[in-house]
Amino acid sequence: MPHATDILSAVTEIVEEVTGLDPAEVTAEKSFTEDLDIDSLSMVEITVAIEDRFGVRIPDDRVPELRTVGDLVDHLADHRGAGRP
Amino acid sequence: MVTGYGAVTPLGHSVEETWAAMLAGRSGIDTVDAIDVTGLEVRIGGQVRGFTPGRYMPRTVSRRADPCAQYALAAALEACAHAGLVVDERLAPRVAVVIGSGYGPVGSIYRAADTLRDRGPRAISPFAQVTTAMDSAAGEISMRLGAQGPSRAQSTACASGADALGAAMRMIAYGEADVVLAGGADACVTAVDLAGSGNARALSRRNDDPTGACRPFDARRDGFVMSEGAAVLVLEAAETAEGRGAAALAELVGYGASSDAHHWTAPHPEGRGARLAVEAALRDAGITGAEVDYVNAHGTGTLLNDATETAVLRTVLGDRVTRIPVSSTKSMTGHMIGAAGAVELVASILALRTGDVPPTINCEEPIDPDINFVPHRAQRHERLRTALSNSFGFGGHNAALVVRAV
Repeated sequence: MPHATDILSAVTEIVEEVTGLDPAEVTAEKSFTEDLDIDSLSMVEITVAIEDRFGVRIPDDRVPELRTVGDLVDHLADHRGAGRP
Repeated sequence: MVTGYGAVTPLGHSVEETWAAMLAGRSGIDTVDAIDVTGLEVRIGGQVRGFTPGRYMPRTVSRRADPCAQYALAAALEACAHAGLVVDERLAPRVAVVIGSGYGPVGSIYRAADTLRDRGPRAISPFAQVTTAMDSAAGEISMRLGAQGPSRAQSTACASGADALGAAMRMIAYGEADVVLAGGADACVTAVDLAGSGNARALSRRNDDPTGACRPFDARRDGFVMSEGAAVLVLEAAETAEGRGAAALAELVGYGASSDAHHWTAPHPEGRGARLAVEAALRDAGITGAEVDYVNAHGTGTLLNDATETAVLRTVLGDRVTRIPVSSTKSMTGHMIGAAGAVELVASILALRTGDVPPTINCEEPIDPDINFVPHRAQRHERLRTALSNSFGFGGHNAALVVRAV
Protein backbone atom coordinates (compact mmCIF):
# COMPACT_ATOMS: atom_id res chain seq x y z
CA MET A 1 0.00 0.00 0.00
CA PRO A 2 1.63 3.29 -1.05
CA HIS A 3 1.97 6.11 1.40
CA ALA A 4 -0.70 8.84 1.16
CA THR A 5 1.93 11.47 0.36
CA ASP A 6 3.06 9.42 -2.67
CA ILE A 7 -0.53 9.30 -3.87
CA LEU A 8 -0.92 13.03 -3.26
CA SER A 9 2.19 13.85 -5.26
CA ALA A 10 0.97 11.68 -8.15
CA VAL A 11 -2.41 13.44 -8.04
CA THR A 12 -0.86 16.92 -7.99
CA GLU A 13 1.34 15.94 -10.93
CA ILE A 14 -1.70 14.87 -12.95
CA VAL A 15 -3.65 17.98 -11.97
CA GLU A 16 -0.72 20.11 -13.11
CA GLU A 17 -0.50 18.20 -16.39
CA VAL A 18 -4.21 18.79 -17.12
CA THR A 19 -4.73 22.30 -15.73
CA GLY A 20 -1.31 23.90 -15.35
CA LEU A 21 -2.00 24.51 -11.62
CA ASP A 22 1.08 24.84 -9.44
CA PRO A 23 1.40 21.60 -7.39
CA ALA A 24 1.93 23.74 -4.27
CA GLU A 25 -1.66 24.96 -4.63
CA VAL A 26 -3.10 21.46 -4.89
CA THR A 27 -3.35 20.53 -1.24
CA ALA A 28 -5.57 17.93 0.48
CA GLU A 29 -8.24 20.29 1.80
CA LYS A 30 -8.84 22.04 -1.57
CA SER A 31 -12.09 21.44 -3.42
CA PHE A 32 -11.57 20.68 -7.13
CA THR A 33 -14.43 22.86 -8.34
CA GLU A 34 -14.67 25.64 -5.76
CA ASP A 35 -11.05 26.19 -4.72
CA LEU A 36 -9.15 25.03 -7.81
CA ASP A 37 -11.78 26.13 -10.38
CA ILE A 38 -11.49 22.89 -12.36
CA ASP A 39 -14.50 22.36 -14.64
CA SER A 40 -16.34 19.08 -15.13
CA LEU A 41 -14.66 18.25 -18.45
CA SER A 42 -11.16 18.76 -17.04
CA MET A 43 -12.24 16.63 -14.07
CA VAL A 44 -12.99 13.76 -16.48
CA GLU A 45 -9.49 14.11 -17.95
CA ILE A 46 -7.97 14.03 -14.47
CA THR A 47 -10.05 11.00 -13.51
CA VAL A 48 -9.01 9.02 -16.58
CA ALA A 49 -5.33 9.92 -16.09
CA ILE A 50 -5.58 8.75 -12.47
CA GLU A 51 -7.22 5.51 -13.54
CA ASP A 52 -4.33 4.89 -15.94
CA ARG A 53 -1.72 5.71 -13.34
CA PHE A 54 -3.21 3.72 -10.45
CA GLY A 55 -4.82 0.89 -12.39
CA VAL A 56 -8.24 1.58 -10.87
CA ARG A 57 -11.61 2.41 -12.28
CA ILE A 58 -13.44 5.31 -10.65
CA PRO A 59 -17.13 5.00 -11.52
CA ASP A 60 -18.61 8.20 -12.99
CA ASP A 61 -21.20 8.42 -10.20
CA ARG A 62 -18.43 8.40 -7.58
CA VAL A 63 -16.57 11.37 -9.11
CA PRO A 64 -18.86 14.13 -7.70
CA GLU A 65 -18.46 12.59 -4.22
CA LEU A 66 -14.70 13.07 -4.41
CA ARG A 67 -15.03 16.77 -3.67
CA THR A 68 -11.56 17.57 -2.38
CA VAL A 69 -8.07 16.49 -3.32
CA GLY A 70 -7.94 14.65 0.01
CA ASP A 71 -11.15 12.73 -0.82
CA LEU A 72 -9.55 11.49 -4.01
CA VAL A 73 -6.31 10.53 -2.28
CA ASP A 74 -8.25 8.58 0.38
CA HIS A 75 -10.32 6.83 -2.26
CA LEU A 76 -7.17 5.79 -4.09
CA ALA A 77 -5.51 4.58 -0.89
CA ASP A 78 -8.55 2.37 -0.29
CA HIS A 79 -9.06 1.14 -3.83
CA ARG A 80 -5.62 1.04 -5.37
CA GLY A 81 -5.32 -1.88 -7.79
CA ALA A 82 -2.35 -3.55 -9.42
CA GLY A 83 -1.38 -0.21 -10.96
CA ARG A 84 1.39 0.51 -13.36
CA PRO A 85 4.99 1.14 -12.39
CA MET B 1 -11.23 49.31 -42.24
CA VAL B 2 -8.30 47.19 -41.19
CA THR B 3 -7.01 48.39 -37.82
CA GLY B 4 -4.74 45.56 -36.72
CA TYR B 5 -3.19 42.25 -37.64
CA GLY B 6 -1.24 39.37 -36.21
CA ALA B 7 0.46 36.30 -37.67
CA VAL B 8 2.21 33.07 -36.78
CA THR B 9 4.08 31.62 -39.76
CA PRO B 10 7.12 29.52 -40.63
CA LEU B 11 8.90 32.88 -40.91
CA GLY B 12 8.14 34.11 -37.39
CA HIS B 13 5.70 34.41 -34.53
CA SER B 14 4.49 37.92 -35.38
CA VAL B 15 3.74 40.12 -38.37
CA GLU B 16 6.94 42.05 -37.74
CA GLU B 17 9.14 38.92 -37.87
CA THR B 18 7.26 37.49 -40.84
CA TRP B 19 7.45 40.72 -42.83
CA ALA B 20 11.16 41.22 -42.09
CA ALA B 21 11.87 37.69 -43.33
CA MET B 22 9.79 38.27 -46.48
CA LEU B 23 11.64 41.48 -47.33
CA ALA B 24 14.93 39.67 -46.75
CA GLY B 25 13.82 36.93 -49.15
CA ARG B 26 14.28 34.27 -46.50
CA SER B 27 12.62 30.86 -46.83
CA GLY B 28 10.77 29.20 -43.95
CA ILE B 29 10.79 25.82 -45.67
CA ASP B 30 12.90 23.01 -44.31
CA THR B 31 13.03 19.26 -43.82
CA VAL B 32 10.03 18.28 -41.70
CA ASP B 33 11.17 17.12 -38.25
CA ALA B 34 8.14 17.62 -36.02
CA ILE B 35 6.65 14.36 -37.28
CA ASP B 36 8.07 11.07 -38.52
CA VAL B 37 8.45 11.38 -42.30
CA THR B 38 10.01 7.96 -42.86
CA GLY B 39 8.74 6.46 -46.08
CA LEU B 40 7.08 9.65 -47.33
CA GLU B 41 7.91 10.82 -50.84
CA VAL B 42 7.60 14.43 -49.69
CA ARG B 43 9.61 15.26 -46.57
CA ILE B 44 9.74 19.06 -46.71
CA GLY B 45 7.37 21.67 -45.36
CA GLY B 46 6.98 25.03 -43.66
CA GLN B 47 6.76 24.40 -39.93
CA VAL B 48 6.08 26.95 -37.23
CA ARG B 49 9.18 26.48 -35.08
CA GLY B 50 9.72 27.27 -31.41
CA PHE B 51 6.09 28.21 -30.74
CA THR B 52 5.40 28.30 -26.99
CA PRO B 53 1.63 28.07 -26.33
CA GLY B 54 2.16 29.09 -22.70
CA ARG B 55 3.09 32.60 -23.85
CA TYR B 56 -0.44 33.08 -25.18
CA MET B 57 -2.84 30.84 -23.28
CA PRO B 58 -3.27 28.85 -20.07
CA ARG B 59 -2.61 25.13 -19.93
CA THR B 60 -6.32 24.24 -19.98
CA VAL B 61 -6.62 25.93 -23.39
CA SER B 62 -3.40 24.66 -24.96
CA ARG B 63 -4.31 21.08 -23.97
CA ARG B 64 -7.64 21.18 -25.75
CA ALA B 65 -6.57 23.35 -28.72
CA ASP B 66 -4.97 21.87 -31.83
CA PRO B 67 -1.93 23.82 -33.07
CA CYS B 68 -4.09 25.47 -35.76
CA ALA B 69 -6.35 26.95 -33.06
CA GLN B 70 -3.32 27.89 -30.94
CA TYR B 71 -1.75 29.77 -33.86
CA ALA B 72 -5.07 31.50 -34.58
CA LEU B 73 -5.48 32.57 -30.94
CA ALA B 74 -1.91 33.90 -30.80
CA ALA B 75 -2.47 35.83 -34.05
CA ALA B 76 -5.79 37.20 -32.78
CA LEU B 77 -4.19 38.44 -29.56
CA GLU B 78 -1.45 40.16 -31.56
CA ALA B 79 -4.07 41.72 -33.85
CA CYS B 80 -6.10 43.04 -30.89
CA ALA B 81 -2.99 44.52 -29.27
CA HIS B 82 -2.02 46.07 -32.59
CA ALA B 83 -5.50 47.56 -33.04
CA GLY B 84 -5.69 48.67 -29.41
CA LEU B 85 -8.97 46.77 -29.32
CA VAL B 86 -10.54 46.12 -25.94
CA VAL B 87 -13.76 44.11 -26.10
CA ASP B 88 -15.75 45.69 -23.30
CA GLU B 89 -19.31 44.94 -22.26
CA ARG B 90 -20.77 47.52 -24.63
CA LEU B 91 -18.81 46.41 -27.70
CA ALA B 92 -18.93 42.63 -27.05
CA PRO B 93 -22.27 41.85 -28.81
CA ARG B 94 -21.00 43.69 -31.91
CA VAL B 95 -17.70 41.76 -32.17
CA ALA B 96 -17.66 38.70 -34.45
CA VAL B 97 -15.03 36.07 -35.25
CA VAL B 98 -14.63 34.31 -38.62
CA ILE B 99 -11.64 32.00 -39.02
CA GLY B 100 -11.04 30.15 -42.25
CA SER B 101 -9.39 26.74 -42.29
CA GLY B 102 -8.97 24.36 -45.17
CA TYR B 103 -8.52 21.20 -43.15
CA GLY B 104 -8.93 22.20 -39.51
CA PRO B 105 -7.38 20.38 -36.54
CA VAL B 106 -6.37 17.35 -38.63
CA GLY B 107 -3.40 16.33 -36.45
CA SER B 108 -5.70 16.04 -33.44
CA ILE B 109 -8.29 14.08 -35.45
CA TYR B 110 -5.70 11.53 -36.54
CA ARG B 111 -4.32 11.23 -32.99
CA ALA B 112 -7.80 10.73 -31.52
CA ALA B 113 -8.43 7.86 -33.94
CA ASP B 114 -5.09 6.29 -32.94
CA THR B 115 -5.99 6.66 -29.24
CA LEU B 116 -9.38 5.01 -29.78
CA ARG B 117 -7.74 2.09 -31.57
CA ASP B 118 -4.86 1.69 -29.12
CA ARG B 119 -6.42 2.56 -25.75
CA GLY B 120 -10.18 2.35 -26.20
CA PRO B 121 -13.04 4.84 -25.74
CA ARG B 122 -12.30 5.62 -22.06
CA ALA B 123 -9.04 7.28 -23.14
CA ILE B 124 -10.76 9.74 -25.49
CA SER B 125 -10.71 13.20 -23.93
CA PRO B 126 -14.08 14.79 -23.15
CA PHE B 127 -12.69 17.71 -25.16
CA ALA B 128 -12.15 15.55 -28.27
CA GLN B 129 -15.23 16.95 -29.98
CA VAL B 130 -14.03 20.49 -29.32
CA THR B 131 -10.40 19.85 -30.18
CA THR B 132 -11.19 18.18 -33.51
CA ALA B 133 -13.86 20.66 -34.63
CA MET B 134 -13.44 23.01 -37.57
CA ASP B 135 -14.76 25.91 -35.47
CA SER B 136 -12.32 25.40 -32.59
CA ALA B 137 -10.12 28.35 -33.58
CA ALA B 138 -13.08 30.74 -33.80
CA GLY B 139 -14.48 29.39 -30.52
CA GLU B 140 -11.22 29.82 -28.60
CA ILE B 141 -10.85 33.40 -29.86
CA SER B 142 -14.44 34.28 -29.03
CA MET B 143 -14.14 32.85 -25.52
CA ARG B 144 -10.80 34.47 -24.81
CA LEU B 145 -11.92 37.93 -25.96
CA GLY B 146 -15.50 37.71 -24.76
CA ALA B 147 -16.69 38.45 -28.30
CA GLN B 148 -20.44 37.79 -28.39
CA GLY B 149 -21.22 38.39 -32.05
CA PRO B 150 -21.38 35.41 -34.41
CA SER B 151 -18.27 33.22 -34.36
CA ARG B 152 -17.76 30.61 -37.03
CA ALA B 153 -15.46 28.69 -39.30
CA GLN B 154 -15.21 29.15 -43.03
CA SER B 155 -13.90 26.27 -45.08
CA THR B 156 -12.99 26.49 -48.75
CA ALA B 157 -9.58 24.78 -48.89
CA CYS B 158 -6.80 27.18 -49.87
CA ALA B 159 -9.28 30.04 -50.31
CA SER B 160 -10.55 29.78 -46.71
CA GLY B 161 -8.60 32.71 -45.28
CA ALA B 162 -9.57 35.06 -48.10
CA ASP B 163 -13.20 33.91 -47.96
CA ALA B 164 -13.26 34.49 -44.18
CA LEU B 165 -12.09 38.07 -44.76
CA GLY B 166 -14.65 38.54 -47.53
CA ALA B 167 -17.40 37.21 -45.26
CA ALA B 168 -16.23 39.53 -42.48
CA MET B 169 -16.33 42.49 -44.82
CA ARG B 170 -19.93 41.62 -45.74
CA MET B 171 -20.93 41.23 -42.07
CA ILE B 172 -19.76 44.77 -41.42
CA ALA B 173 -21.37 46.14 -44.59
CA TYR B 174 -24.67 44.46 -43.68
CA GLY B 175 -24.51 45.75 -40.12
CA GLU B 176 -24.32 42.31 -38.53
CA ALA B 177 -21.18 43.30 -36.62
CA ASP B 178 -19.08 46.41 -36.06
CA VAL B 179 -15.79 44.58 -35.49
CA VAL B 180 -14.74 41.21 -36.93
CA LEU B 181 -11.64 39.25 -36.04
CA ALA B 182 -11.12 37.48 -39.35
CA GLY B 183 -8.41 35.38 -40.90
CA GLY B 184 -7.28 31.83 -41.37
CA ALA B 185 -5.37 29.01 -39.73
CA ASP B 186 -4.15 25.56 -40.69
CA ALA B 187 -1.70 23.03 -39.31
CA CYS B 188 -1.67 20.21 -41.82
CA VAL B 189 2.02 19.42 -42.07
CA THR B 190 1.04 15.86 -41.15
CA ALA B 191 2.07 12.52 -42.61
CA VAL B 192 -1.46 11.95 -43.95
CA ASP B 193 -1.60 15.32 -45.70
CA LEU B 194 1.94 15.11 -47.07
CA ALA B 195 1.18 11.63 -48.39
CA GLY B 196 -2.23 12.55 -49.83
CA SER B 197 -1.29 15.80 -51.53
CA GLY B 198 1.97 14.14 -52.55
CA ASN B 199 0.09 11.32 -54.21
CA ALA B 200 -2.10 13.89 -55.94
CA ARG B 201 1.18 15.15 -57.42
CA ALA B 202 0.49 18.60 -56.05
CA LEU B 203 3.61 18.86 -53.83
CA SER B 204 7.19 19.66 -54.76
CA ARG B 205 9.52 16.69 -54.37
CA ARG B 206 12.71 18.69 -54.00
CA ASN B 207 13.51 17.04 -50.68
CA ASP B 208 17.20 17.80 -51.13
CA ASP B 209 16.63 21.51 -51.68
CA PRO B 210 13.92 22.71 -49.27
CA THR B 211 14.51 26.44 -49.67
CA GLY B 212 14.51 26.08 -53.46
CA ALA B 213 11.43 23.84 -53.54
CA CYS B 214 8.71 26.45 -53.88
CA ARG B 215 9.35 28.19 -57.23
CA PRO B 216 6.27 30.20 -58.21
CA PHE B 217 6.21 31.35 -61.83
CA ASP B 218 9.56 29.65 -62.50
CA ALA B 219 9.91 27.31 -65.47
CA ARG B 220 11.34 24.54 -63.25
CA ARG B 221 8.59 24.56 -60.57
CA ASP B 222 7.29 21.15 -59.54
CA GLY B 223 4.58 21.74 -56.96
CA PHE B 224 3.62 23.58 -53.79
CA VAL B 225 5.07 23.11 -50.32
CA MET B 226 2.76 22.21 -47.42
CA SER B 227 3.01 24.71 -44.65
CA GLU B 228 1.25 25.86 -41.49
CA GLY B 229 0.37 29.05 -39.65
CA ALA B 230 -2.31 31.63 -39.00
CA ALA B 231 -3.12 35.28 -39.50
CA VAL B 232 -5.97 37.30 -38.05
CA LEU B 233 -6.96 40.84 -38.97
CA VAL B 234 -9.19 43.28 -37.11
CA LEU B 235 -11.78 44.62 -39.54
CA GLU B 236 -14.11 47.29 -38.33
CA ALA B 237 -16.68 49.77 -39.48
CA ALA B 238 -15.09 53.17 -40.15
CA GLU B 239 -17.26 54.87 -37.52
CA THR B 240 -16.36 52.26 -34.88
CA ALA B 241 -12.65 52.77 -35.54
CA GLU B 242 -13.09 56.54 -35.46
CA GLY B 243 -15.19 56.35 -32.31
CA ARG B 244 -12.44 54.61 -30.36
CA GLY B 245 -9.65 56.64 -31.95
CA ALA B 246 -8.10 53.68 -33.80
CA ALA B 247 -5.99 54.43 -36.87
CA ALA B 248 -6.99 52.66 -40.09
CA LEU B 249 -4.11 50.77 -41.70
CA ALA B 250 -5.89 50.04 -44.99
CA GLU B 251 -9.37 49.58 -46.37
CA LEU B 252 -10.67 46.27 -47.64
CA VAL B 253 -12.73 47.44 -50.62
CA GLY B 254 -13.42 44.42 -52.80
CA TYR B 255 -14.18 40.72 -52.54
CA GLY B 256 -15.16 38.20 -55.14
CA ALA B 257 -15.58 34.43 -54.99
CA SER B 258 -16.44 31.69 -57.44
CA SER B 259 -16.13 27.99 -58.19
CA ASP B 260 -14.46 26.28 -61.13
CA ALA B 261 -17.09 23.53 -61.25
CA HIS B 262 -14.44 21.49 -62.99
CA HIS B 263 -12.10 19.22 -60.97
CA TRP B 264 -11.09 18.56 -57.33
CA THR B 265 -7.38 19.29 -57.58
CA ALA B 266 -6.73 20.79 -61.02
CA PRO B 267 -7.70 24.37 -61.88
CA HIS B 268 -9.88 24.93 -64.91
CA PRO B 269 -7.43 25.06 -67.86
CA GLU B 270 -8.51 28.58 -68.86
CA GLY B 271 -8.84 29.72 -65.26
CA ARG B 272 -12.56 30.23 -65.72
CA GLY B 273 -13.36 30.36 -62.00
CA ALA B 274 -10.28 32.36 -61.04
CA ARG B 275 -11.19 34.96 -63.63
CA LEU B 276 -14.75 35.23 -62.31
CA ALA B 277 -13.47 35.79 -58.76
CA VAL B 278 -10.92 38.44 -59.73
CA GLU B 279 -13.45 40.26 -61.93
CA ALA B 280 -16.03 40.16 -59.15
CA ALA B 281 -13.56 41.55 -56.61
CA LEU B 282 -12.59 44.44 -58.90
CA ARG B 283 -16.26 45.16 -59.63
CA ASP B 284 -17.02 45.07 -55.91
CA ALA B 285 -14.23 47.59 -55.34
CA GLY B 286 -15.61 49.75 -58.15
CA ILE B 287 -12.33 49.74 -60.05
CA THR B 288 -10.92 48.36 -63.28
CA GLY B 289 -7.79 46.26 -63.68
CA ALA B 290 -5.95 49.42 -64.75
CA GLU B 291 -6.10 50.67 -61.17
CA VAL B 292 -4.33 47.70 -59.58
CA ASP B 293 -0.80 48.59 -58.43
CA TYR B 294 0.35 45.29 -56.93
CA VAL B 295 -0.77 41.68 -57.13
CA ASN B 296 0.01 39.28 -54.32
CA ALA B 297 -0.56 36.20 -56.44
CA HIS B 298 -1.88 32.84 -55.34
CA GLY B 299 1.37 31.59 -56.97
CA THR B 300 1.65 28.15 -55.41
CA GLY B 301 4.45 26.85 -57.60
CA THR B 302 2.34 24.12 -59.20
CA LEU B 303 2.59 23.69 -62.95
CA LEU B 304 -1.09 24.35 -63.54
CA ASN B 305 -1.85 27.15 -61.09
CA ASP B 306 0.94 29.46 -62.11
CA ALA B 307 0.20 29.07 -65.81
CA THR B 308 -3.54 29.67 -65.48
CA GLU B 309 -3.14 32.47 -62.93
CA THR B 310 -0.74 34.29 -65.24
CA ALA B 311 -3.20 33.91 -68.11
CA VAL B 312 -6.06 35.20 -65.94
CA LEU B 313 -4.05 38.23 -64.83
CA ARG B 314 -3.23 39.00 -68.46
CA THR B 315 -6.91 38.75 -69.39
CA VAL B 316 -8.33 40.76 -66.50
CA LEU B 317 -5.59 43.35 -66.00
CA GLY B 318 -4.56 43.60 -69.67
CA ASP B 319 -1.29 45.46 -70.32
CA ARG B 320 -1.37 46.73 -66.77
CA VAL B 321 0.02 43.41 -65.54
CA THR B 322 3.30 44.07 -67.36
CA ARG B 323 3.76 47.40 -65.55
CA ILE B 324 3.16 46.42 -61.93
CA PRO B 325 4.85 44.07 -59.47
CA VAL B 326 3.29 40.60 -59.15
CA SER B 327 4.81 38.43 -56.43
CA SER B 328 4.17 35.21 -54.54
CA THR B 329 5.15 35.22 -50.88
CA LYS B 330 4.40 31.47 -50.84
CA SER B 331 7.89 31.13 -52.32
CA MET B 332 9.06 31.86 -48.75
CA THR B 333 6.20 30.80 -46.46
CA GLY B 334 5.13 27.72 -48.37
CA HIS B 335 1.39 27.17 -48.68
CA MET B 336 -0.27 27.72 -45.31
CA ILE B 337 -3.60 26.57 -46.84
CA GLY B 338 -6.39 28.34 -44.93
CA ALA B 339 -3.95 30.82 -43.42
CA ALA B 340 -2.44 31.77 -46.78
CA GLY B 341 -5.05 34.28 -47.89
CA ALA B 342 -4.94 36.09 -44.54
CA VAL B 343 -1.13 36.22 -44.32
CA GLU B 344 -1.02 37.41 -47.93
CA LEU B 345 -3.55 40.17 -47.29
CA VAL B 346 -1.32 41.37 -44.44
CA ALA B 347 1.67 41.30 -46.82
CA SER B 348 -0.37 43.24 -49.42
CA ILE B 349 -1.30 45.89 -46.85
CA LEU B 350 2.32 46.23 -45.71
CA ALA B 351 3.42 46.63 -49.34
CA LEU B 352 0.88 49.47 -49.77
CA ARG B 353 1.96 51.09 -46.50
CA THR B 354 5.71 50.87 -46.97
CA GLY B 355 6.23 50.78 -50.75
CA ASP B 356 8.35 47.66 -50.24
CA VAL B 357 7.19 44.73 -52.36
CA PRO B 358 8.17 41.28 -51.10
CA PRO B 359 9.91 39.07 -53.65
CA THR B 360 9.18 35.77 -55.36
CA ILE B 361 12.27 33.82 -54.46
CA ASN B 362 13.48 30.99 -56.72
CA CYS B 363 11.88 32.64 -59.77
CA GLU B 364 14.96 32.21 -61.93
CA GLU B 365 13.36 31.61 -65.30
CA PRO B 366 10.02 33.49 -65.32
CA ILE B 367 7.25 31.77 -67.29
CA ASP B 368 6.10 35.16 -68.61
CA PRO B 369 9.14 37.36 -69.25
CA ASP B 370 6.97 40.49 -69.61
CA ILE B 371 5.73 40.31 -66.02
CA ASN B 372 7.76 41.63 -63.08
CA PHE B 373 7.49 38.74 -60.62
CA VAL B 374 9.85 40.60 -58.23
CA PRO B 375 12.41 37.81 -58.51
CA HIS B 376 14.79 37.08 -55.62
CA ARG B 377 14.88 40.52 -53.99
CA ALA B 378 12.28 42.93 -52.61
CA GLN B 379 11.66 46.05 -54.67
CA ARG B 380 10.69 49.59 -53.76
CA HIS B 381 7.73 51.02 -55.64
CA GLU B 382 6.28 54.51 -55.39
CA ARG B 383 2.59 55.31 -55.15
CA LEU B 384 1.17 51.88 -54.46
CA ARG B 385 -2.51 52.56 -53.81
CA THR B 386 -4.39 49.36 -54.55
CA ALA B 387 -3.46 45.69 -54.21
CA LEU B 388 -5.15 42.50 -55.40
CA SER B 389 -4.64 39.30 -53.39
CA ASN B 390 -5.65 35.98 -54.97
CA SER B 391 -6.47 32.66 -53.32
CA PHE B 392 -7.53 29.63 -55.35
CA GLY B 393 -8.09 26.21 -53.82
CA PHE B 394 -8.69 22.50 -54.21
CA GLY B 395 -12.35 21.96 -54.98
CA GLY B 396 -12.21 24.84 -57.43
CA HIS B 397 -12.80 27.46 -54.71
CA ASN B 398 -11.61 30.90 -55.81
CA ALA B 399 -11.46 34.12 -53.83
CA ALA B 400 -9.93 37.51 -54.53
CA LEU B 401 -9.59 40.54 -52.26
CA VAL B 402 -8.89 44.16 -53.16
CA VAL B 403 -7.30 46.35 -50.52
CA ARG B 404 -6.60 50.07 -50.70
CA ALA B 405 -4.17 52.34 -48.92
CA VAL B 406 -5.65 54.96 -46.57
